Amino acid sequence: MRVTYAHMGTSTIVFQSMLEEIGHEVIAPPRPTPKTLSLGVQYAPEFACIPFKLVLGTYLETLPKGVEIIVSAGGYGPCRAGFYGELHRRILREMGYNPQFIFFFPPLKKPVDFFKKIVKLKKGGSWGGFYRSIRRGFAKLKSVDDIEIKSHEIRARELKRGDTSRAFRKGIGYLEAARSTKEIEEAHREGLKELEKVPQNLDFEPLKVGIIGEIYVQLEPAANFFLEETLGHMGVIPRRTIFLTSFTRHDVVAHGEREAKERAQPYLPLVIGGHGQNSVGDVVHFAEKGFNGVVQLAPFTCIPEIVAKSIMPHLSKVNGIPVLTFFIDEQTGQAGVETRLEAFVDLMNQQRKCNSA
Amino acid sequence: MKIMVKIGIPRTLAYYTFYPLWKTFLEELGLEVVLSPPTNKKILDLGVQETVNDACVPIKLYHGHVMALKNKVDFLFIPRLVSADGKSTFCPKFLGLPDMVKFSREDLPPIINTTFRVRRFRASLFGFLYKIGTKFSAKKTTIIRGYLKAGQIHKKYHYLLSKGFFPSEALEKLHTPLKDIEFPRPGKEKITLAVVGYPYSIFDPYISGNLLQNLRKIGIGIITPENIANNSLRKMSRRLPQNFFWYYSNRAAWSALHLIEKAKNIDGIIHVTAFGCGPDAMLNKLLELEAKNHNQLPFLTVSIDEHSGEAGILTRLEAFVDMLIHKKETKGEKLSEGIPGN
Ligand code: SF4
Ligand code: SF4
Repeated sequence: MRVTYAHMGTSTIVFQSMLEEIGHEVIAPPRPTPKTLSLGVQYAPEFACIPFKLVLGTYLETLPKGVEIIVSAGGYGPCRAGFYGELHRRILREMGYNPQFIFFFPPLKKPVDFFKKIVKLKKGGSWGGFYRSIRRGFAKLKSVDDIEIKSHEIRARELKRGDTSRAFRKGIGYLEAARSTKEIEEAHREGLKELEKVPQNLDFEPLKVGIIGEIYVQLEPAANFFLEETLGHMGVIPRRTIFLTSFTRHDVVAHGEREAKERAQPYLPLVIGGHGQNSVGDVVHFAEKGFNGVVQLAPFTCIPEIVAKSIMPHLSKVNGIPVLTFFIDEQTGQAGVETRLEAFVDLMNQQRKCNSA
Repeated sequence: MKIMVKIGIPRTLAYYTFYPLWKTFLEELGLEVVLSPPTNKKILDLGVQETVNDACVPIKLYHGHVMALKNKVDFLFIPRLVSADGKSTFCPKFLGLPDMVKFSREDLPPIINTTFRVRRFRASLFGFLYKIGTKFSAKKTTIIRGYLKAGQIHKKYHYLLSKGFFPSEALEKLHTPLKDIEFPRPGKEKITLAVVGYPYSIFDPYISGNLLQNLRKIGIGIITPENIANNSLRKMSRRLPQNFFWYYSNRAAWSALHLIEKAKNIDGIIHVTAFGCGPDAMLNKLLELEAKNHNQLPFLTVSIDEHSGEAGILTRLEAFVDMLIHKKETKGEKLSEGIPGN
């Protein structure tokens, strides 16, 4: 059966090999472009959030190629995302497409979560083989995330602009080609090595910025104007709070959902859907960890993030950390985002100077 | 004379569903309930000024009503409404409302933000009211008496709504004995429309550009989600493969479906939606597709925002109604043409 899925950041490359291994023909979604967005905008409700439009646009790009099954994130979740699948299906039906939908919902904690969620996709073949494919897929996902995090740290100090991104793409290429567990491990090592080879200015102390907000616009660089790369080029280490494999991380900023929720208590004591409450808790967390600032990313009309944003001024004052919010829609432009980021970086630099003086 | 403690209730959002209940109970506790004035330009402007600009109009309006109350009361009554039926929740902005308001300004009176989360209506309601009662150190007997009284009024209010009254009319008749009330008798109008959406958009004459009043003036029959009995609505929950997560969105969707499928005497649907409303982006498309799939039932979206004036909305309403009348007449002609011997 011909399968496609929604594009959701770099990690998506893993799905292709995994679905192929279990015997599907994969129609890989291209990285969303402005054309994807305008397709989505044309057929989606005007005030649908940008993830809805981009995902719809992606489907419309792959459906004409004979897609029969769509594997979709969403179909669960106490927000509009929970209704995405249903409405996508109806809109597509209106247009004469009738693919089958299979839903799964990130983040994925353990291989077994992933397994449970896509077990419906199993075709013939042994269960053992199926499970092993999933395990490999999951290992790959983790490697992709690791390499991405590493690249963010290195880019801020690179001597020649663009070196890191090139090394990163190489590493991802290795992973894409890797099939067996051994190959994946090797690709992982080699990918990290490529990044370490990038000449860096080790005397430079980059600013650190936390990225919070809604999951899709955090994960998909095409939706957030390549925020992490842009910040990197400005000499900043970005650290987002969501990765597809979030819960397996054990570094400084890896903290559970539970912790974010605890930290949010004094400001927003209730789960409000999406990642609204996490966003509030994460600001506190980043402040505690000595980050220099926080960027909040959200689709325009995103309900939980609007609630979170209205608490931000207070939160920022009490915790002494500047917060910059981007509500993204189809009218948001790259240039505007960059200008605002530059001003924000200046502000953080000044604050750092003041604090050290 | 004892000076009464004043507690303010903003005249919007859940006001349309719960005002009689809250007012009755709070008064029973010995508090003086102060209601903000009907929405006007000043309230809207204040709201726009105080709220994050990405918020929807109803939330901005709520902040405006809070501003209208803030210097007149000792407390603001902004309960955290989580769920009213144990299944869906209110829109996330309702869930975070006390926090949004609290952190919007520093000069607000204390907020009563008790959580309202219903599993079984009666039992949970008591728990909710009990907590509020103890905040004002009321005696247990007072709380129980208030609970019973408030529960009765709430029931009567929703009974009146289900018989076809709008909230403002039902509120007037709350203390009239049932036998003296003349109930509206629908069905006489040439054209009947379903006006669906959230009560705080539909029934606020200012923000909706007098939509209901204007429709009535041109002789249109109107049915809103509040006029449909709860059990009829609940039946429709099985109709959708997937329901919304939000209380008012479900009610709007179910009432539209109910009217399309069960009532059959509807000539069209008007969906009143608020600019910047997250849930409505989904709901509106769903309703549009459902209407289309039911014999192309005429469907009109009226979007309200801080700039939408009455004149603009009225022009669109009139065009829509003209179209409906025209449609009915041509249908009628075809009927008579089809009769043999003519
Ligand atoms: S969290 Fe925001 S972007 Fe995600 S579904 Fe909800 S409203 Fe849309
Ligand atoms: S349902 Fe829509 S209009 Fe109502 S508060 Fe939520 S976003 Fe605003």
